[in-house]
Amino acid sequence: MDPILFIVFLPLLAAIVAGLGNRMLGNFAAKLVTTGALFASCLLSWPIFLAFMGGTAEAHVVPVLQWVQSGSLSFDWALRVDTLTAVMLVVITTVSALVHLYSWGYMDEDPDQPRFFAYLSLFTFAMLMLVTADNLVQMFFGWEGVGLASYLLIGFWFRKPSASAAAIKAFVVNRVGDLGFMLGIFGTFLVFNTVSIPEILAAAPGMEGSTIGFLGYRWDTMTILCILLFIGAMGKSAQLGLHTWLPDAMEGPTPVSALIHAATMVTAGVFMVCRLSPMFEASPIALDIVTYVGAATCFFAATVGLTQWDIKRVIAYSTCSQLGYMFFAAGVGAYGAAMFHLFTHAFFKALLFLGAGSVIHAMHHEQDMRYYGALRKHIPLTFWAMMAGTLAITGVGVYWLHAGFAGFHSKDAILEVAFASGKESGMFAFWVGVTAALMTSFYSWRLMFLTFFGKARWAGSEHIQHAVHDDHHGHDDHAHGHAHGDDGTAGYHPHESPLVMLVPLGVLTLGAVFAGWVFTGSFISSADFWGGSIFYNEHLMHAMHEVPLWVKLSATAVMLVGLFGAWYAYIRNPGFPAKVVAQIDVLYRFVYNKWYFDELYNFLFVRPAFWIGDKFWKLGDIGIIDRFGPNGAAWTVLQGTRLAQKVQSGYLYSYALVMLLGLTAAITWMMVR
Amino acid sequence: MADFPILSVMMLVPLLAAVACLLVEAKAARQIALVATLIDLALGILLWVNYDIGGAQWQFQENVPLFAGFSWALGIDGIALMLIMLSVFLMPICILASAAIEKRVGEYMAAFLLMETLMIGVFAAQDLFLFYIMFEAGLIPMYLIIGIWGGADRIYASYKFFLYTLIGSVLMLIAMLWMVNEAGTTDIPTLMEYNFAPEVQTWLWLAFFASFAVKMPMWPVHTWLPDAHVQAPTAGSVILAGVLLKMGGYGFIRFSLPMFPEASAQFAWLVFALSMVAVVYTSLVALVQNDMKKLIAYSSVAHMAIVTIGLFAFNPQGLEGAMVVMLSHGLVSGALFLCVGVIYDRLHTREIDRYGGLSINMPYYALFFMLFTMASIGLPGTSGFVGEFLSLAGIYQVSSWVALVCTTGIILGAAYMLYLYRRVAFGEQKNADAAAMPDLNRREWFLMAPIAAVVLWMGVYPESFLAPMRADIAVLDARIARAKPASDAQLTAGKPKPATATEHAAHGEAH
Repeated sequence: MDPILFIVFLPLLAAIVAGLGNRMLGNFAAKLVTTGALFASCLLSWPIFLAFMGGTAEAHVVPVLQWVQSGSLSFDWALRVDTLTAVMLVVITTVSALVHLYSWGYMDEDPDQPRFFAYLSLFTFAMLMLVTADNLVQMFFGWEGVGLASYLLIGFWFRKPSASAAAIKAFVVNRVGDLGFMLGIFGTFLVFNTVSIPEILAAAPGMEGSTIGFLGYRWDTMTILCILLFIGAMGKSAQLGLHTWLPDAMEGPTPVSALIHAATMVTAGVFMVCRLSPMFEASPIALDIVTYVGAATCFFAATVGLTQWDIKRVIAYSTCSQLGYMFFAAGVGAYGAAMFHLFTHAFFKALLFLGAGSVIHAMHHEQDMRYYGALRKHIPLTFWAMMAGTLAITGVGVYWLHAGFAGFHSKDAILEVAFASGKESGMFAFWVGVTAALMTSFYSWRLMFLTFFGKARWAGSEHIQHAVHDDHHGHDDHAHGHAHGDDGTAGYHPHESPLVMLVPLGVLTLGAVFAGWVFTGSFISSADFWGGSIFYNEHLMHAMHEVPLWVKLSATAVMLVGLFGAWYAYIRNPGFPAKVVAQIDVLYRFVYNKWYFDELYNFLFVRPAFWIGDKFWKLGDIGIIDRFGPNGAAWTVLQGTRLAQKVQSGYLYSYALVMLLGLTAAITWMMVR
Repeated sequence: MADFPILSVMMLVPLLAAVACLLVEAKAARQIALVATLIDLALGILLWVNYDIGGAQWQFQENVPLFAGFSWALGIDGIALMLIMLSVFLMPICILASAAIEKRVGEYMAAFLLMETLMIGVFAAQDLFLFYIMFEAGLIPMYLIIGIWGGADRIYASYKFFLYTLIGSVLMLIAMLWMVNEAGTTDIPTLMEYNFAPEVQTWLWLAFFASFAVKMPMWPVHTWLPDAHVQAPTAGSVILAGVLLKMGGYGFIRFSLPMFPEASAQFAWLVFALSMVAVVYTSLVALVQNDMKKLIAYSSVAHMAIVTIGLFAFNPQGLEGAMVVMLSHGLVSGALFLCVGVIYDRLHTREIDRYGGLSINMPYYALFFMLFTMASIGLPGTSGFVGEFLSLAGIYQVSSWVALVCTTGIILGAAYMLYLYRRVAFGEQKNADAAAMPDLNRREWFLMAPIAAVVLWMGVYPESFLAPMRADIAVLDARIARAKPASDAQLTAGKPKPATATEHAAHGEAH
């Protein structure tokens, strides 16, 4: 049997065992089964990836089961393995295995562990089905499957109203994107008479210049198809307009944020655009839209990230912003660069999230950075892991040595290629990208400085106070209720996380440090590596290396400016941010409140939906249809006949009578004819 | 099998059991009913196994002339087979779900068994008048079930149910009489190939539409459904949603489309318009419901609209999709009503706010409820997706507007179902009595698990269900092809640029 079958279906099996076994099985067995399955998948995935890197593997499709055949529309369950899939396989299984392991520690006190691990494994299965899809409908299956898992995991602590609200929001907003995806699939089937991805991609270039009717207008065929599919990608990858669910998704346990809302699921949109790159290449307009949307998201999310206090929300907006980079890279035609950033981002962003989880774990579930500070000495291993993640995301590296942390290689490549594309949209994306890189550096270092440097500000935190005062809480290793010093610690002693949490941090640190440097040659500069699994623009990749030196250095320069700014505002002169905020109060509130998207959507969609639903029901159904329909008829009938004492049998008789009359009439008709 | 009148036997078994139930006391009646419905299920499986896919269009035919050209004519194609399977599958579950019924048990069981006979009769009838009798008589037991064993407002609900269906059926009967007179036969397969003059078709189509639209139900003649569901006992709701609503769709696919193709095309706009309104309107109404059964009833109307657009898409995807939505909805909404019934039996209220946090004390219940919720939303991998996807793919080929509006159902459906689930299963256990409810017992496992298994089976390998219907859908598709409406897409051919093409090729070689 092909190893891909084990890679994909072991997590499903584990999810079923852990999920249905649940309390019968117990925590330990459930954790062991799911984590074991994921490590097995991971160990099977890396050889596939390395084989594609070494050029010894061939793209192939493993059929599993027939799914649907209806007229000329047919699609099967099948697992496609090519370079693009292999890249995703290692990302998904590696991060997922590490997150499973990490959760042994992080979820240790949770009473519902089997359920949690079952969901995690179920998610991994769905994600693997998504990336191995050979047709659009299976991709949609994975797409919705990860949506389900995301919904379940965001709402994992379902007793919290905010968690279940966030879960619904995530699912419904994603469904808005899915509306586009589904219409895109229907349109693709109408145009190409197939939903098989290789067949569509082969035929796509031939459809350039064709037009199609949609909603009463004539459109360029490939443009409208790509736009519809891209709407799906926007939902899943939280791009501007459909991003509102991602920050709220932080209600889920932190390992979930690392796996689903940073490393894997949210990158599905980028994966989709890359997988369908020959389609997008057939429509320059669609590509421009991808570029502009990506750039706008990149900028928007970075601005919001500057102002948030919740450590997870900062990282969530950062994710949103980084996804914008990936999209505009794809939009200018550099799918390899987009995938490369996806790859490196998965490692360093998972690292940042798991690091944040370790901080939260140490700080007794306090997530507000205003109550952190000075943690460097207390949780040094977490600090160094977070440092590696920060160096990676801000893109620290030395151009002349061609060496740096992961983000240095991937983000710089994206900026260079945007510049090199020579398109108007590319230039726009370049400047926006540079600006966002400045903000990325600022908010990332702000996070580091607020959390690990300066003075301890823990005393203000309710969580910490609670931990300190509650003797019976069982957190003896965290808290000792002795003297309240004036040092801001409130007498609280944060402790480093257990080994099961530190090992994943360590492995991901390696990824954040080396993933860029090791793989840049393959991802960026090698058409052979991709082996036709994405559209590879050789011309653009050459142009990328020819950009002026100032372009190549711009990312590093703004990174240093951001670092300096954060250092000045949060270490050198801590009163400075408040002064700035006071100066730009209106702008600050606009950004701090996430540009008021939630308020706007509530006003435009949510509240009207309930209001209209209520009116349809009470005015439409009851007030009009029932009143003039059955009730009106009843009134008329009752005026004539007041016989029905036992109403049900009364109607029964009249009913039977009408039937009998009808039949008599029918038979009479037959006989006299 | 050749000479064994299996369809008649399948109708006779529940009929005899119904008579028996009237004569014995409660406990025995329950057992008789369960055994009879299980026998019918076994016969149904035998029927399916012996159904020759790719064989004759009409199989298991029986024909006994009675009088005046009226005959006991039975026979099924794949479409009828699947709907009969749905009926016989749901029946034992309904009997099992009626443990809470304590009033006039024998009569209750008799009503259900009689209904099974009549439902099989509707799908198996090959004589127009036989069909009519079964079609109309099938409502009488339902009417009794709501009227006698229903909730507080059962009289109003059964009255509404009666009034709506009566008006439609009178018109249909008149149309049938006219048709028999014109074509000179009551044989349904012959009538399906008879070409009525297009101008006559218009009136006949409208007369049938009056009946089927009510049964479906389509907006705006849907208001009987929420009341009927709310008042009906759990098993009544299951059969109502599971099978009776399918009679409308079956009517369209068996009568309206093949007998009046031109009129069907002519009125497609009407069907589309009503369906589009139904999807958006009833979904929004579902969003604001406080009564669980009412919410699911309104969601049924929205799902049935997906059936009607699929049927009138005039292509195989639409037709097959519509059939799968019918089958899936029969299972899923039936299961959702069972889910309501399970907690109603414990707390005796359908008010959503009286529950909350059930995931804590009823985890397996929450699991099944989640599965059926997801199937209702149309999550791929469940039965709900396959039909919805095919149906919408079918309609897209006719009109992108209709497809767009009806696809918004996937957003609204997610909103109202997840909102329901959240209020019932998530959150704190705010009501002590709800928090004290025990998880599923063994009987309830037997209700949920079989449906869950079929829902997943239909979602992962729908071929089992599509294969028997394929040939019949193809025949129907060919029959209505002459009236097929034009697509609004009007795709033009691409203009491949030779220069770019060769450039790409050159790149390919360079790699």
